[in-house]
Amino acid sequence: MSDRGTLRIQRISGHLGPVPGEGTQREDKVCKLIDTTTCIGCKACEVACVEWNDMPFRETYFDNTYQTMPDTEWNFWNLIKFNEDEHADGSFAWLMRKHQCMHCADPGCLHACPADGAIVQYENGIVDFQQENCIGCQFCVSGCPFNIPKFDPNTKKVYKCTLCSDRVGAGLEPACIKACPTGCLHFGTKDDMKFLAEKRATQLREVSGFKEAGVYDPPTIGGTSVIYVLHNINKTEAYGGLPREPRISQAFTIWKEWFKPIGLFGAMLGFVGVVMHYIFEGPLRTQPTPPVKEIVPPDLGKEN
Amino acid sequence: MATSADRFVHRPNAIDRLGQTVVYVGELLRHPVYTRFLHWMVGIFFFLALLSGFGIYLPWIFRFFTPLFGGGPMTRLLHPWFGLGFVFFFALQAINWLQVMKWTPGDSRWMKNIRKYVIRSDSTESPETGFFNGGQKLMFWEIVCGSIAYVITGVIMWFPTTFGRIAVAISYMVHDVSALVMLFGIFFHIYLSTFGEPGTIQAMTRGTVSEAWAWTHHPAWYKAVTGRDPRQAIEQTQSEMAASKRPGRPPEVL
Repeated sequence: MSDRGTLRIQRISGHLGPVPGEGTQREDKVCKLIDTTTCIGCKACEVACVEWNDMPFRETYFDNTYQTMPDTEWNFWNLIKFNEDEHADGSFAWLMRKHQCMHCADPGCLHACPADGAIVQYENGIVDFQQENCIGCQFCVSGCPFNIPKFDPNTKKVYKCTLCSDRVGAGLEPACIKACPTGCLHFGTKDDMKFLAEKRATQLREVSGFKEAGVYDPPTIGGTSVIYVLHNINKTEAYGGLPREPRISQAFTIWKEWFKPIGLFGAMLGFVGVVMHYIFEGPLRTQPTPPVKEIVPPDLGKEN
Repeated sequence: MATSADRFVHRPNAIDRLGQTVVYVGELLRHPVYTRFLHWMVGIFFFLALLSGFGIYLPWIFRFFTPLFGGGPMTRLLHPWFGLGFVFFFALQAINWLQVMKWTPGDSRWMKNIRKYVIRSDSTESPETGFFNGGQKLMFWEIVCGSIAYVITGVIMWFPTTFGRIAVAISYMVHDVSALVMLFGIFFHIYLSTFGEPGTIQAMTRGTVSEAWAWTHHPAWYKAVTGRDPRQAIEQTQSEMAASKRPGRPPEVL
């Protein structure tokens, strides 16, 4: 991205008036906007995801809901969650939310991962797993506040939504976006999507009567590259367990990044300690030792 | 101190019968074959688990330690099994040593006077030091507690989806602390059994120690197995050395 930036035009010879394109800025951060209020639960995005990522048919089972399967799987990254939310006045809403990796700005999986290069975050905000470097320890599974990474017991690797980094890198929108028939899925820069989402939320509040409509872009993890427009921003849990304030365990942040190196250093002090002890005090020999000739320096008050 | 002598009511088992321990004149039997076998199995698995765990511990040192075990995934695959090996053999050793590792008031006194032991202000251990001293017992019980922590937290991390996010996050920290404490301890263990106290390591290799070693480092145990007073034994050897006019090592320390 940066090499393209250097070819931006700054000055032009013999050119009258302002330089075309002067002062333009690139917005690298990409974002997927999911407007749950216009989702019809058609599952076209599920199919598109499986198709584009060339994933095999996966068996599932019927558990009296419209949901394809209980949760995402290592080879099923995109799942519409269907939930019935009962209101205080007895009415109820049927909520549909497209569940996939949120591509956090501060990713819990990346913090938790001990393997060199197994999880990367691109400058455009996409968090991607590099399976060739994955060691299958599944710390990312515990690090993720959204329960996204899934372990494949056969390959012993962890997989999740890539936000179609292969398509985005080639200037295409993610497969799920392309498949959406109602236009509830949008893709663009983070700024644009944020603007669009806020505009829609305002419309919902002022025109459609959803007084608590809002945008889900949780600041507790620095925002996400997948944002939602929800009918009720105060009831995120009703959308199939979307955490209201997702957090990364400090076991994977403070502990791993600060305590662990310090703790290792502390343990190695044991080595320094014994070496110093040998130099300063010397060994305890079996008694009786040969007669002492001299103790240097003298008069340390030691009997030998 | 009575427990010190109980140590030698060890009935040889199948593993003891696989090998032998030769006790020469001037030596005492310290560790029979079974104990030595367990010790080195624990040691092997400890270092396998330690080094494979190092790689998973910190991404910074990942590249240095995981290649030893055939790369990251293989390291991750083997580490729990190394750990189980360590815990299995240590459990057998713990059963083997349970009697002799019992904490006594003498051990509490030993811990209070640990400074004197560190700065070597006494030329021998306290006369009430039996088969193991307070420091050795402390380390033993630390490993018992650490191993229990290893197993519980290790299994939770082995099957993370079964136990949940919070359990794994807590286990992760407990497992680390246990490993760091053991890493800290292993330096003292190796140092004191080799450079720090010469004549010690043969207790775990050949299984015997010199009498001089016994009366220096474990006087109460020496008294229990030989019936001689350690102080007197030292003085007697001293006078023998003086009489031989060859100032050097006492004759039985080779």
